Amino acid sequence: MGQTLAEQILSHAAGRPVFAGENIVASVDLAMMHDSISPSIIKILHQELNADQVWDRDRVAVVVDHVAPAATIQNAEHQLALRRWVRQQQITHFFDVGRGVSHPVLVEEGLARPGMLILGSDSHSTAYGAVGAFGAGMGSTDMALTLATGQTWLRVPETVRILARGRFRPGVGAKDLGLRVARLIGADGATYQSVEWHGVEDLSVSERMTLATLSIEIGGKAGIIPPTGRGWEEHAMRRGITVPSWLRVEEGARYSRTVEVDLDTLEPQISMPHFVDNVRDLSELGRVEVDVVYIGTCTNGHANDMAAAARILQGRKVARGVRLLVVPASSEALQQATADGTLATLLAAGAAIGTPGCGACIGRHMGVLAPGEVCLFTGNRNFRGRMGSPEAQIYLASPEVAAATAVLGYIAHPAEVVG
Amino acid sequence: MARIWRFDANVNTDQIVPGRYAPYMLKNEDDLRKYPFVEARPEFASTVRPGDLIIAGPNFGCGSSREYAPLALKMVGVGAIIAPLFARIFYRNALNLGIPLFEADLTDQLEDGQEVEFNAETGVIIADGRTIQLPPPPEWMHEVWREGGIVPFYRKYRRFPGAVAV
Repeated sequence: MGQTLAEQILSHAAGRPVFAGENIVASVDLAMMHDSISPSIIKILHQELNADQVWDRDRVAVVVDHVAPAATIQNAEHQLALRRWVRQQQITHFFDVGRGVSHPVLVEEGLARPGMLILGSDSHSTAYGAVGAFGAGMGSTDMALTLATGQTWLRVPETVRILARGRFRPGVGAKDLGLRVARLIGADGATYQSVEWHGVEDLSVSERMTLATLSIEIGGKAGIIPPTGRGWEEHAMRRGITVPSWLRVEEGARYSRTVEVDLDTLEPQISMPHFVDNVRDLSELGRVEVDVVYIGTCTNGHANDMAAAARILQGRKVARGVRLLVVPASSEALQQATADGTLATLLAAGAAIGTPGCGACIGRHMGVLAPGEVCLFTGNRNFRGRMGSPEAQIYLASPEVAAATAVLGYIAHPAEVVG
Repeated sequence: MARIWRFDANVNTDQIVPGRYAPYMLKNEDDLRKYPFVEARPEFASTVRPGDLIIAGPNFGCGSSREYAPLALKMVGVGAIIAPLFARIFYRNALNLGIPLFEADLTDQLEDGQEVEFNAETGVIIADGRTIQLPPPPEWMHEVWREGGIVPFYRKYRRFPGAVAV
């Protein structure tokens, strides 16, 4: 019997063949923790589990990304304590303020690789599926247990297969596919399950991360794109990464369901307040004026996302009364945007640039929304109060839609600007 | 008696505790008990009593991995959460903290504010003389509850719950 990618990875991690529905104890290849949750993880590790050391200092990555740089004295104290802990534990992989959001950083650094079981203290840890890893988010207690033991316990998930057919039309991309799937199966359509994304071989690893991070928004435990195709090869060759021989899409793998999406007819999608799966075609949305356009996050703050926005903003200005905030997902993305002229275009159009990291995605700093404000956001969540005031309205869309919206001042199809 | 607190589908962790009220954003971490549903249901934290029940629609606890969301519910003594489907990270976090979870849809059977009798061990709710038997949770979940959460469980047995030993 064939196995899904999730079953293959978890079989490897469990040291025996396992299938959906089994509860297993598995070895963890990489554990990621960030500034926001680290204080509670460290407390549980030392004070409750009485562990002196992490199980393997080379398999723990610590990233300061959630409130980076610190917004309050209290944040600053916590981050200071975290840096001391990293030194004391001699953690090999530490990325401080400005390096970017944990997920793209671990992918860029080549730490996240195909076939790995990666746990992160962040729900968007499904991101590691962009490189063919099983990435799952965990809470503080689960993370502390993994830091102490190098293991975790979990149920091998069933898999929902997404089958994209055809090609994206101009101005339509991975974000629209992800939102379309949320619309089709709902916010709990893949709960307790893994999501496998097929038919997206041409997408770059950054674009795959858009799909992988949106997998949690349909309830996914993991969201995996098979590490094959043009986009994958480019990433793997540059970093000398190979795919384990045991990891491949197998005939006869059992999927709980298959969801087909026709890319040839897919239009730009828009997710409306206050739920990610509250999605419709952009063309069905009436006129919605905005106060803020926000481009960033692990979902759509990559170099290609900023470049896509810049192509629309080239030679144009942000509308009066609208703020355009751009927070690159990582320092590497920012460097690329600097090198290829994207950054200059964004600045000339009137964008404000933030420090690479999570920015205002969790509503703690760098662009928090006021009551009544409307934001067009390229991120992954539009929950009430997510980015600040519970009276603010958040719409989710692609970087192309974000750029067109910034120019016109109301939520707009890219074709309205570039013709 | 336990009061019923009714919630709709897709209650997310930003509604349970907004990121701005995370323990490390507070002067005193114990103040977290003041903030469950601080914006979504402002009267909740001040009037909930230990043992009260949350009855919700599907996908309860979706969104972020923040364990302080179920922790805030534990701090105010929520007796159990009953929903047809839980988001998985919330499910793990609540289980790890020892909060009883039952997968059942009671949104049509119980009213907000209703007073019921509840026994977490047997999974029996008695509402206006009517008995509702909740589906029994898996044995490994009982193992974790009995020890008061995954940390006490692990400290005692040095293994993860279920049949598989480390």
